[in-house]
Amino acid sequence: MISKKRLPYLLLAPAVAAELVIHVVPMLAGLGMSLLKLTQFFLRDWTRAPFAGLGNFAVAVDVSAPVGADLLRSFCVTLLYAVLVVTGSWALGMLGAVLLRRPFPGRGALRALFLVPFALPVFTGVITWSFMLQRDTGLVNAVLDADAFWLIGGNSFASLVVVTIWRSWSFAFLTLTAGLAAVPPELHEAADVDGAGRWRRFRSVTLPQLAPVNRVLVLVLFLWTFNEFTTPYTLFGKVAPEEASVLSIHVYNASFSTWNLGLGSAMSVLLLLFLLLVSLGYLWLTSRRRRVPGV
Amino acid sequence: MNLRGAASATLLVVAATACGSGAGSDGEQAKTLTYWASNQAAGIELDRKILEPELAAFQKSTGIKVNLEVIPWSDLQTRILNAAASGRGPDVVNIGNTWSTSLQATGAFVEFDDATLAKVGGKGRFLASSMSSTGAPGLPPGSLPLYGMAYGLYYNKKRFAEAGIDEPPKTWQELVGTARKLTGGGRYGLTLLGASYTEGVHFAWMFGRQNGASVFDGEHPAFDTPEMVAGVKRYLDLIAVDKVVNPSDAEKTQDAQLYTDFASGKAAMMIMQNHGTAGLAAFDMDPDEYGVVPIPLPEDARQPVTSHVAGINITAFAESRNREGALKFIEFMTSPQEQTKLNKAFGSLPVVNGVTDPAFAAGHNKVFAEVLATAQPLPMIPQEAQFETLVGTAVKDLFAQVATGERVTESDIKAKLSEAGQKLLNGG
Repeated sequence: MISKKRLPYLLLAPAVAAELVIHVVPMLAGLGMSLLKLTQFFLRDWTRAPFAGLGNFAVAVDVSAPVGADLLRSFCVTLLYAVLVVTGSWALGMLGAVLLRRPFPGRGALRALFLVPFALPVFTGVITWSFMLQRDTGLVNAVLDADAFWLIGGNSFASLVVVTIWRSWSFAFLTLTAGLAAVPPELHEAADVDGAGRWRRFRSVTLPQLAPVNRVLVLVLFLWTFNEFTTPYTLFGKVAPEEASVLSIHVYNASFSTWNLGLGSAMSVLLLLFLLLVSLGYLWLTSRRRRVPGV
Repeated sequence: MNLRGAASATLLVVAATACGSGAGSDGEQAKTLTYWASNQAAGIELDRKILEPELAAFQKSTGIKVNLEVIPWSDLQTRILNAAASGRGPDVVNIGNTWSTSLQATGAFVEFDDATLAKVGGKGRFLASSMSSTGAPGLPPGSLPLYGMAYGLYYNKKRFAEAGIDEPPKTWQELVGTARKLTGGGRYGLTLLGASYTEGVHFAWMFGRQNGASVFDGEHPAFDTPEMVAGVKRYLDLIAVDKVVNPSDAEKTQDAQLYTDFASGKAAMMIMQNHGTAGLAAFDMDPDEYGVVPIPLPEDARQPVTSHVAGINITAFAESRNREGALKFIEFMTSPQEQTKLNKAFGSLPVVNGVTDPAFAAGHNKVFAEVLATAQPLPMIPQEAQFETLVGTAVKDLFAQVATGERVTESDIKAKLSEAGQKLLNGG
């Protein structure tokens, strides 16, 4: 006979087990790997790999040596990339959601169209972009009547940002459209009566009402972009240009180009720690602001 | 549950069952093999078309079904490494022969000691020169030769005739001069696979070697010697100084992109291994329309190296649950009969004794066979694969820099190559 006390734990057990298998165990395995000198000689049997202590971490954060310097540069590239993509996606998504708030003929079709980038498989969308961005045969150069490089050199960063915004603004649009639908129309009517213009209504009614949605949306977009792998990998292939070598690609290459999975794992653990700090800091900051009366 | 709910639940269950039915029972293990082939033909589809009839013949004689996956070069090394690390991989795999010592060191592959070799036709089956690239000296080979390859310079006869050039270049200086004459009006003298890190490292090694460089000092990297720097500079100068290569080549990773330019005359020459002969055939270019010569050496070359011992090896994973079947398959692929068929189709050279087909001693094949006879192997040490990715990536980055108009000096090249060496030391 199952006691009443135990029943909730039993009911939770499958979820806990799944969480362990899917998230916690691989994370711990990664943490364990980061402490090993896991080079090609021990790939087949990890248990024979010598313990490296914090050696891999020391190499990864030593910015005076090439490995650490590259990691730092890649970190800065990724940070800028994430900030630009989140800003761009959010702004476009917001614009789209606000413009399509009131019903008009063709609104449904436009909404569906705006969701296409999100609905397409990543590979399909991004490979099309990579064709468009080629120097000799690409559509972009044909339209601009230019012979610029978009996939190598300095422009590659801009290409990556634009393609990722194209991918992720749909999601911002979708989320914000749902958020806007929940704003009571009376608030807008009341603001109208008070003589508020479009901009004033957006700032004083729409934005504050959307605050809870925005809080989650910005965090999710940031985390997704920071970890984005498929888009740069599809756009540039295995080795991204230095200017656009974001962390996910960089760590992948660092592991496989030196065949040292321990070092790659150490880099991943550092990445994980950073994202954990950002998330906690962000949630602490936004939830504190919410408690301030009057806002 | 309403009707719609019931219907979708049923659908889900059906889909899940369909997805889950892939796994075979243990009895079937002995009857199947998974084979990862490298991309040898002008496209992955073509590889399948060439290999599938042979796999069917193998199944007919042994009852073993081979599941084929053709893997592009850009992914092959990573996929193999993943398989070695996870212990979940194919049974049989093609590898670049230059990686053989690095992969041998992982211990993830079958060791071809004498007893194992006897099961695949014995050591005497294989050409001695091809056996030089199968692993570290003194250890049982970690892989066996499959296709023999070497570099050559291809030239478009029509473009040469139009420009009044009678003979292919004999020295590197002549090659640059010829390429200059053939450049202009949107057409270029030479085309290269600039975004491919494997090509990048091959040129760095080949040109460095011609200057007398040795890439390793024992097991210590010596990537940034003046000889290596000068070698890489000669490669980059084709774009930066000589301007005989289309800067767009810095984006190219697929052989097919070179075939298009070469076959259409947009590029008058191309440097590629012998599989290019089969590739050009797939692009409807007749072997008489182009010529092949060894890559011309500089007048003051210290080492007459125009190619490394290039090629493809075949090996079996030690974890394979069907080792006997895997060895049977390797025996089949390296039999004189299959060697004749496959090397003809892929434009490569046989690596076993007893292939009598005259086609391999005539025409373009004759040139490649001569190059291969004098070729030197890349260093047969465990760090070789890291050398390929690190130096190859450095050269690829430099190529992109000069293509986008950045000035790259010798000290830039040296810095980049030193960095590659540093990373190898840090990582190892």
